Amino acid sequence: MTPPRQLVVISGKGGTGKTSVVAAIAALAGGAVLADCDVDAADLHLVLQPELGAEHGFSGRRQAKIDSEACTDCGRCAEVCRFAAVLGSADDGYSVDPIACEGCDLCARVCPADAITMEPVVNGVWMVSETRFGPLVHARLGVAEDNSGKLVTLVRNEAHSVAEERGLPLVIVDGAPGIGCPVIASLSGFDLVLVVTEPTVSGRHDLDRVVQVVRHFRLPFAVCVNKADLNPELSERIQAEAVAADAAFVATVDYDLEVTHAQVNGTDVVTHGGRAAAEITKLWESVSALLAGSREGRALDA
Amino acid sequence: MRIAFASGKGGTGKTTFATNLAALLAGRGVTVRLLDADVEEPDCHLFLHPQVERREPVDVLVPEVDEAACTGCGTCAEVCAFKAITVIGTTVLAFPELCHSCGACSLLCPEGAIHEVGRETGRVEHSVVELRGRASFPLVTGVLTVGEAKAVPTTRATMTTADNASAEVVLVDAPPGTSCPVIEAVRGSDLVVLVTEPTPFGLHDLRLAVEMVRALGLRCVVAVNRADLGDDRVRRFCAAEGIEIVLELPNDRRLAEAYARGDLLIEAVDGLETTLTAAWERIAAAAQAGRAAS
Repeated sequence: MTPPRQLVVISGKGGTGKTSVVAAIAALAGGAVLADCDVDAADLHLVLQPELGAEHGFSGRRQAKIDSEACTDCGRCAEVCRFAAVLGSADDGYSVDPIACEGCDLCARVCPADAITMEPVVNGVWMVSETRFGPLVHARLGVAEDNSGKLVTLVRNEAHSVAEERGLPLVIVDGAPGIGCPVIASLSGFDLVLVVTEPTVSGRHDLDRVVQVVRHFRLPFAVCVNKADLNPELSERIQAEAVAADAAFVATVDYDLEVTHAQVNGTDVVTHGGRAAAEITKLWESVSALLAGSREGRALDA
Repeated sequence: MRIAFASGKGGTGKTTFATNLAALLAGRGVTVRLLDADVEEPDCHLFLHPQVERREPVDVLVPEVDEAACTGCGTCAEVCAFKAITVIGTTVLAFPELCHSCGACSLLCPEGAIHEVGRETGRVEHSVVELRGRASFPLVTGVLTVGEAKAVPTTRATMTTADNASAEVVLVDAPPGTSCPVIEAVRGSDLVVLVTEPTPFGLHDLRLAVEMVRALGLRCVVAVNRADLGDDRVRRFCAAEGIEIVLELPNDRRLAEAYARGDLLIEAVDGLETTLTAAWERIAAAAQAGRAAS
């Protein structure tokens, strides 16, 4: 069996409509695994209304714990910690700031009294839920937790396994905003990166940065200018720049209040209907043609 | 006082409020500093057109191995919790992009064969914004180098520049989300203004942001953008949680178009200055009340 194709939708700037586009594409794809890799603020389930699957704990790091009985208050741990995560003083005793600790183990290794142990921290949960369009792998990062990159990788890998187990041909990933670790963790090995932007000065600026990242990893990408009619001139400029940067194709979707109404009603915009739904349907046709092309390309390579 | 603008969800208007309030306060003679701590996608400069005065690199420490002194014992690989250094045969290979700069390998190498060197992962730009009229204020922008995964060192460098103490008001434009770069940007604030919109995504991510703010022991108020869109669940949530709403902006195409062009709303849209002034008074009062209580 050919491995499932992988499509990731990212944006650079937040709030451009990534998640709405992913939900709409899910409705059109007819049998795909969905992965919500915006683990900081996972929203896809709000419009896909899945039957929630069992929660699995995620431990992305370990955290130092000081045994106050064994501790001799020598302060060596505080001295070596680069993250200012050891609080206290020789007079008051020492403890670990759970938010600042990065789990590097160095304090435990240098403690002359062996008073420090490293304990796994459960900093998120992930689950495989069932939506009307297919399985959804999603996660919830604990509040004020880091390691979202590791959780993103886990969600991606699980989605890929689910697709293989169930024989589904496509994985659609809702990515995180920005260009840092959660985005980079969600990028490798994709058949197509769809970047959703908007015709604003920030949308254009952030698109430029995220496209640099995508090109850095040599991935094929396409661009969707959402709310294109908000500033037609800037929209055309962004489209021209995307073509010049070797985007596989560029699509536009005009501002449509029905996208918000769909979300308020807890559904995707294709099911809800409206002008944007028709434009996203056209977008999906281009995406699926490209993905089919990438499949043939793979088959030839192999 | 220090006020941070944050949100779980992206694209709700953090940058809009931070830039417009900074310009508004500077215009009234308040000494204000604006820190753009959204280092992955720093956008404040697009609306403020600042003059950059200097750029400082943000270096992180990564290991460098003295091959002559290295015996290939493998201690460095064993102690690295981040798999950023490995030993194949007797050759040490470092993966600087995975390194957390904890210093374990260099400290614990029995031969003293590892020392740490700086590696640039971003920069901090110090610039000045000249407003129409004579007012001006400093803008400090953190910029993560494209292709780098770890934003926090650049965020931290942006937040800890000198001169913050000299300003009456420090405004911080934080990144979206609730994880490490956001925490770095909001820590130490007197008040966090959570910017949201009244949609299911906005509400869901606002809940997460409120939990984060509370976990850090900080206070927050809410600003609702495109307030007439969607439904009233955000308002009900804020009422139930006892969180003050300091500002509601309507879903007005004039605002969206001015933002799209990169204009400051207080310059482009009549009446906005009055609305933001009222919001600022609420924000300042909430921050003062927080200070008094703590």
